[in-house]
Amino acid sequence: MTWLRELFRRPAGAAASVWLLLLVVSAIVSSFWTPIDPFTTDPYHAWAAPSPKHLFGTDGIGRDIFSYVFAATRTSLLVAVSAGVLASLVGIGLSAFGSLTSRWVRDSIAVLIDILIAFPTILIAMLLASILGGSLFVVVVATGIGYGVNIARVSRAEIRRVRRTDYVLAARASGVGPGGILLRHLLPNVAPTFIVQLSLAMATSILAEAGLSYLGYGASAQTASWGRLLNDLQNYISIHPLSVVWPGLAITLTVLAFNLLGDGLRDATDPRLRVRRRTR
Amino acid sequence: MTLDVTSLTIDIGGSRVVDDLSFSVADGERLGLIGESGSGKSLSILALIGLAPDEATITGSVVLDGTEILGLPERALARIRGSRIGSVFQDPLTSLNPLHTIGRQIAEPFRLHDKLGKGDARARAVEAAREVGLPDPEHVVDLFPHQLSGGQRQRVGIAIAIARRPTLLLADEPTTALDVTTQAEILELFRRLTDEHGMSLVFVTHDLAVLAQITSEVVVLSHGRAVERGAVSRILASPVDPVTQGLVRAARETTWSAS
Repeated sequence: MTWLRELFRRPAGAAASVWLLLLVVSAIVSSFWTPIDPFTTDPYHAWAAPSPKHLFGTDGIGRDIFSYVFAATRTSLLVAVSAGVLASLVGIGLSAFGSLTSRWVRDSIAVLIDILIAFPTILIAMLLASILGGSLFVVVVATGIGYGVNIARVSRAEIRRVRRTDYVLAARASGVGPGGILLRHLLPNVAPTFIVQLSLAMATSILAEAGLSYLGYGASAQTASWGRLLNDLQNYISIHPLSVVWPGLAITLTVLAFNLLGDGLRDATDPRLRVRRRTR
Repeated sequence: MTLDVTSLTIDIGGSRVVDDLSFSVADGERLGLIGESGSGKSLSILALIGLAPDEATITGSVVLDGTEILGLPERALARIRGSRIGSVFQDPLTSLNPLHTIGRQIAEPFRLHDKLGKGDARARAVEAAREVGLPDPEHVVDLFPHQLSGGQRQRVGIAIAIARRPTLLLADEPTTALDVTTQAEILELFRRLTDEHGMSLVFVTHDLAVLAQITSEVVVLSHGRAVERGAVSRILASPVDPVTQGLVRAARETTWSAS
């Protein structure tokens, strides 16, 4: 696992991994236990300041903000991972068909990608939500397709570029067949671009979930979500500005972590960018 | 091993890029293909091993040891590439995969065709690296392309090409991207390897001075046609075609400026 060692050798990559690992643990733990039930209201202790009992304070109906943010990690990770998987499937599928097949199929896929890209993700989500009603499923499908198309556009161009490189020609000239070219030369050289795009998609899907839940198209009221909390709290931003900071910070740090992890993985898998320890 | 190319004609997008090209290479012979850029020499070489671009229409005949190989299915061609015909390309900076170690790239054909395990393939890679004169072969196989100089990378390219002992070596401007001293070393390497293993060689270049150091016979290409052919010494002494005369003049100038 050279790449894992390389990832942790970089401060940004290590910090991002640690933060995301912490989120995974929080998501698992919060499924069984939170310090205080995040949906229990307590009007007598509304807008409590941060204290040992309420680490992040409480909101206008006395819910414990820390417990709520803690419980909402599950939602965000669920959305990020499912949207990431869907976006990868859409992206890999479209870019493979759009670069390795016959010219006619290739060109049709290119047109399809261009058409799909014209529709903003938020529009797809609103369209789906108006038909199916707002839910996390809608968020995942919309961002998965929306960012999948983005991944497809970038990866397709990259596959076509790598396919024309001299080293692919040289490998073919030394007898490597189509399968070997794909597995050992195309995919590894396209992977860095793909990883960065995927991490971007996962980060943006968290933002999209927050945004759509904020607009009322995302998580239902029974699901803890950073976006929904932000929506609830922002009405009081001028009176209790500190309360808004917590969900905002959670969203910001997580989006940043996904982006940094993507960059870190890209650098860690490229031998040209490896941190040199042995001097020759 | 003999190669007979007859009436090779290549069209791309309605224009004729190679026109009625014929040549043959006998066992152990070294033939030069020379011409200006755009004369269709690189494309001809690629067409021989079925690697011309998809949109190219190719007619004619390419016979390798009595077997017609033009138009063979991809699978059959892939078996010939690397095992019977090795190829070396122009730019050593771009013709190696940046993500794989030198050893892995030299060993790839072994692992693929001879189904060798990791250890055996590595041993053969070290052997091939030693043969092409890479310094410290045991160590060099663990390095990545960006850690080598241009000349060393071209040695790796040659090691890959000759790894499975092909009987014919195709070299597409293998010294063009190198400086003059390195050029001379690589040419010497080509001479030694082809002599030692009785390999035939088709050497493509635009530089007659380079060709004079390695081949005896030469075919001059211009706009896809063979305009002159014969012994290098004869061509250097009394070029007939204006294109050849231009190449000879260019070669003399390089020799002068080099000395």
